[in-house]
Amino acid sequence: MILTLSWLKDHLKTTASINQIIEKLTDIGLEVEGVSEGSGENSAFKIAKIIKSEKHPNADKLKLCEVSIGGEEHIKVVCGAQNARSGLITVYAPPGAVIPKTKMKLKIAKIRGIESRGMLCSEYELGLSKDSNGIVELKNSSSKLGKSFFKSSSEKSIDISITPNRPDCLGIRGVARDLAAAGLGKFTDLKKIKLKQKKVQKISVSITKEKNQGCLVFGSCLITNIQNKESPKWLREKIISLGLKPISAVVDITNYVMFDLNRPLHAYDADKIEGEIIVRNSKANEIFKALDDKEYKLEKDMCVISDRKGVLGLGGIIGGTKTGTKFGTSNILLESAYFLPSSVRKTAKKLGLETDAKYRFERGIDPNSVIEGLNVATSLILQICGGEASKFNIVGKKNFINKTIELDNDKFKKTIGFSISNQECKKILSSLGFKLKLGKKSIKAQVPSWRPDVEQDIDLIEELIRIKGFDKIDLIEPKKTREHDTLDYKQKLFHLIQRAISNKGYLEAVTWSFTDQKIEQLVVQDQKPIFIYNPISTELNVLRRSIFSNLLFYLKKNQDRGFGDISLFEIGPTFHGKNPGDQQVVIGGLRSGQFFKKSWSEETRSIDIFDVKGDVIKTLIEIGIKEEDLIITNKSKNYYHPGRSGSINFKTESGECIATFGEIHPTIISKLDFKEKNIYGFEIYLKDIPEPKKKLRVSKDNFKFSDFQKSERDFAFIMDKNYQVGKLEKLILVVDSNIRSVNIFDVFEGQNLPQDKKSVAISVSIQAQDKTLSDSDLNQISQKIIKEVENKTGGKIRT
Amino acid sequence: MSDLNYIKKEFEEKFVKINSKNDLQNLKSEYFGKNGIVSSEFKKMGSLDENHRKDFAKKLNLLKDDLTNLIENKFKLIEKEEINQKLVDEKIDITLPIRSQASGKIHPVSQVIDEISSIFSEIGFTVAEGPDVESEYNNFTALNTPENHPARDMHDTFYLDANKKTLLRTHTSPVQIRTMLNGKPPFKIIVPGRTYRCDSDQTHAPMFHQLEGLHIDKNITMAHLKGCLNYFIKEFFEVKNIKMRFRPSHFPFTEPSAEVDIGYKLEDNKIVIGEGNKWLEILGCGMVHPNVLRNAKVNSKQFQGYAFGMGIDRLAMLKYGINDLRAFFETDYRWLNHYGFDPLDVPTNYRGLSR
Repeated sequence: MILTLSWLKDHLKTTASINQIIEKLTDIGLEVEGVSEGSGENSAFKIAKIIKSEKHPNADKLKLCEVSIGGEEHIKVVCGAQNARSGLITVYAPPGAVIPKTKMKLKIAKIRGIESRGMLCSEYELGLSKDSNGIVELKNSSSKLGKSFFKSSSEKSIDISITPNRPDCLGIRGVARDLAAAGLGKFTDLKKIKLKQKKVQKISVSITKEKNQGCLVFGSCLITNIQNKESPKWLREKIISLGLKPISAVVDITNYVMFDLNRPLHAYDADKIEGEIIVRNSKANEIFKALDDKEYKLEKDMCVISDRKGVLGLGGIIGGTKTGTKFGTSNILLESAYFLPSSVRKTAKKLGLETDAKYRFERGIDPNSVIEGLNVATSLILQICGGEASKFNIVGKKNFINKTIELDNDKFKKTIGFSISNQECKKILSSLGFKLKLGKKSIKAQVPSWRPDVEQDIDLIEELIRIKGFDKIDLIEPKKTREHDTLDYKQKLFHLIQRAISNKGYLEAVTWSFTDQKIEQLVVQDQKPIFIYNPISTELNVLRRSIFSNLLFYLKKNQDRGFGDISLFEIGPTFHGKNPGDQQVVIGGLRSGQFFKKSWSEETRSIDIFDVKGDVIKTLIEIGIKEEDLIITNKSKNYYHPGRSGSINFKTESGECIATFGEIHPTIISKLDFKEKNIYGFEIYLKDIPEPKKKLRVSKDNFKFSDFQKSERDFAFIMDKNYQVGKLEKLILVVDSNIRSVNIFDVFEGQNLPQDKKSVAISVSIQAQDKTLSDSDLNQISQKIIKEVENKTGGKIRT
Repeated sequence: MSDLNYIKKEFEEKFVKINSKNDLQNLKSEYFGKNGIVSSEFKKMGSLDENHRKDFAKKLNLLKDDLTNLIENKFKLIEKEEINQKLVDEKIDITLPIRSQASGKIHPVSQVIDEISSIFSEIGFTVAEGPDVESEYNNFTALNTPENHPARDMHDTFYLDANKKTLLRTHTSPVQIRTMLNGKPPFKIIVPGRTYRCDSDQTHAPMFHQLEGLHIDKNITMAHLKGCLNYFIKEFFEVKNIKMRFRPSHFPFTEPSAEVDIGYKLEDNKIVIGEGNKWLEILGCGMVHPNVLRNAKVNSKQFQGYAFGMGIDRLAMLKYGINDLRAFFETDYRWLNHYGFDPLDVPTNYRGLSR
């Protein structure tokens, strides 16, 4: 919503400065988004004449123009507009000028090798209209050359952002009322208008009675024998100050009334109306050509204004070309109606239409302003264009009853924290147009018809505090007490695991929850993708079902930038369905490349599966799971190399799978064309991690230790190549209670061994709690170990 | 007599030539070994007459002490020299670089979420969460934004079905509804989380992070809201004084509604919070609308309170001077390294939010 101080003063008697007004507007909830300097920037735009126009030597579509702004010198400007021809009077912006539409500051620039000092402007660039087709064409009056194009906008204009609950402030009078209530001046009465109206309005108007009828009241006035022409200067200036383009007196007047009083109107060429006006619901597939020159195919039950032949306009949204007014139009039918917000909104949304009228009707127009709108507009038309006005014809609901709301005296204090006197309540609310009855315990307030947003007592409280000032609210310091844990177990786990993984050298990424279906189907092949109905782009069209799809994509991007030795992780949701809750928290990581590349001290080595396996296991231990409860199996997910991946299950092989790890499948690596092909990953599924029954802090196991001598015994076994060596430790630990630990220190195949065998070397540490073990004790234990391993694994001790 | 003098002289001649522990050991054996020169002299003593013996013994012992001292001192000297030599020989260039150690980083969004949680934890808020996929009812209708409400235009929504019944939540506010429906008042929660809007340019990303706050109890007023936010902003930006301004605004789910600005100034193109005459909008808030309480089955005659919502990414940008929102989600190794935090920097209230 744009307003100028002078227009505001049509409704507000005030001595306040523009800065005071700006500050107050913000204080009462009419946020000032910007103030555009009138003369400062805009006076730079000069009326200019193209003296010579020729083709740019280095570009087919550009022209090199010599431009005169009245002086001796001609200015050279490069211009891309087709209509930049010699003799044309247009608008020139010199270097330093700021283009109103793009807010771009012009500089002297070389365009295809030729210096251009400034530019010639289109109406679009000047913020006058949406017409970006060619530069402005002015009437041939070379005497004005060099004068400022924006004569009228020497005034600052204030751009305020109106929240959806305040349709009344979409008119300047509404803003003035709020400012007056806030003590910034006196709200002036509207001028009394007396019209000479002799004849009745002879075009019949009817509103059909049907379900979902979107029009409640339709007022009209037939004005005959007018001379539609260019608007007078004061009106054109007002229209331009809104950022609109003056069109003709009739159109400008309807726009003026809309922005002044928030009362949208529409003028029809009465001679083009066939017989009568019928406000009805559209039929499916009716065609309508709107004033934006586009054809719309209507659906069933849209509110239309029609005549006997067809649709003339979409109620409250846009008129049609058929009955559009032109300079030659001599008889018009002026419409002032009330359309239901939901009806307007539904129709406009379906058709993708956005107009100033629609914007207002969908927020709620004062239904009692129908006659006032006709009065003001008719009077202006008669004054500017002459002609005779009919009596007003009002069809439909005539009496709109205002709501009454009761506000308990103590409710304000209960909500806001301090008291307000009844006297002050009365002052504020009545200045906003509420009619009040003061009772002992409460106030009864009748809501003005232009405030559809005020529905209950809390809305009155908002009005009161808004005008009184939010700065009057005291501040109560919060108490530093805590009655509940800040985080629950899963949230603590999230926090801990995030930092545990990061601490192992992984950089945390935050990527979209959606991903590219093409990448995702490489990763997750066995289910249906979860499509987003209106994705932002085809590359982000599905919800992710794995952390890997985005992480792989970004890993590749980093590799392409030259960072191949890199570890990334993300913790966040993955999805398995379209319903709320079909998601789980997963932490996934990727490592690629080598360690110690070009190191003076270390051998370079490739990242391998035992790096990621180590990261996962260490992390799971750090978050409180016992190592012996982590059961490793070689079942895994299909995005890993089947021979180089595994799962970690809780307690048993069939327990919950809490993590997977492995080398990324070679197919994925080749399809995504990774530069560094050595890529390993892991995922940990937080939902499957069980909450420990006992808290760590309750008590720890007693501290037991032995001071007796510790012995080490080494063994080497020849065993089947496919035997999973990971199982040996558990096997040996239970052989004897004096066995403290088992360490596998060598595994090899080949050499002198049969093809299907491997050699495994183990070191076992043995220590008793109560004595130093003798050689014979140790030999006995060693024999038990050999026997157990040979029995359970089918292996043989090496001798 | 002359024998002993001779022995000493001969010893001294040999002794000066010695410069290794080994030679010294050999010399020691030569004189003091089982059949060593000095040892042999001791053996001779028995054959001397008594007058002679006493005198000889005295001199011989003197000689022994002399020579032993010489050997021992030399031994220490050589040992010292050897260690010194070893130290010289073993010298290495300690300016060579260390073995590379990968260091991980925590994303600024995660760090800021932890900072915020730590601050609100102090004043009794607990952390609540909700799903990213939401029903149209929880995201809009229950929050007093019925179908065909113009406020819906402000949220460019991602839908999951043509009927627009499920969507990606456009704000964290639906968690208000979920929390209230699933529990009994009082409620005192914050909700950090991912939110989505179908909007993408330099300053908008299709996914971003919001923090929701909700405090419902008996007699919670706007003064509590002001106090809570004032406390939060001071703690978060780690400044003693802030300028804070409540500006009336409109959100369908709160009444009265306010936007909150904080004062700042620019220093070397960096934003300094707390001083200066410029205002920066950082959050929206208000008293929870009675319609919302009703939809969430909370008795609005008995209970009332406030809610607020703010952009976490934006808070991170402001606090840590990050310019480009889009870069948060682009996983550029260099960016993550530059703006990320050490995983050991866990924000706590006793050690401080940031180092």
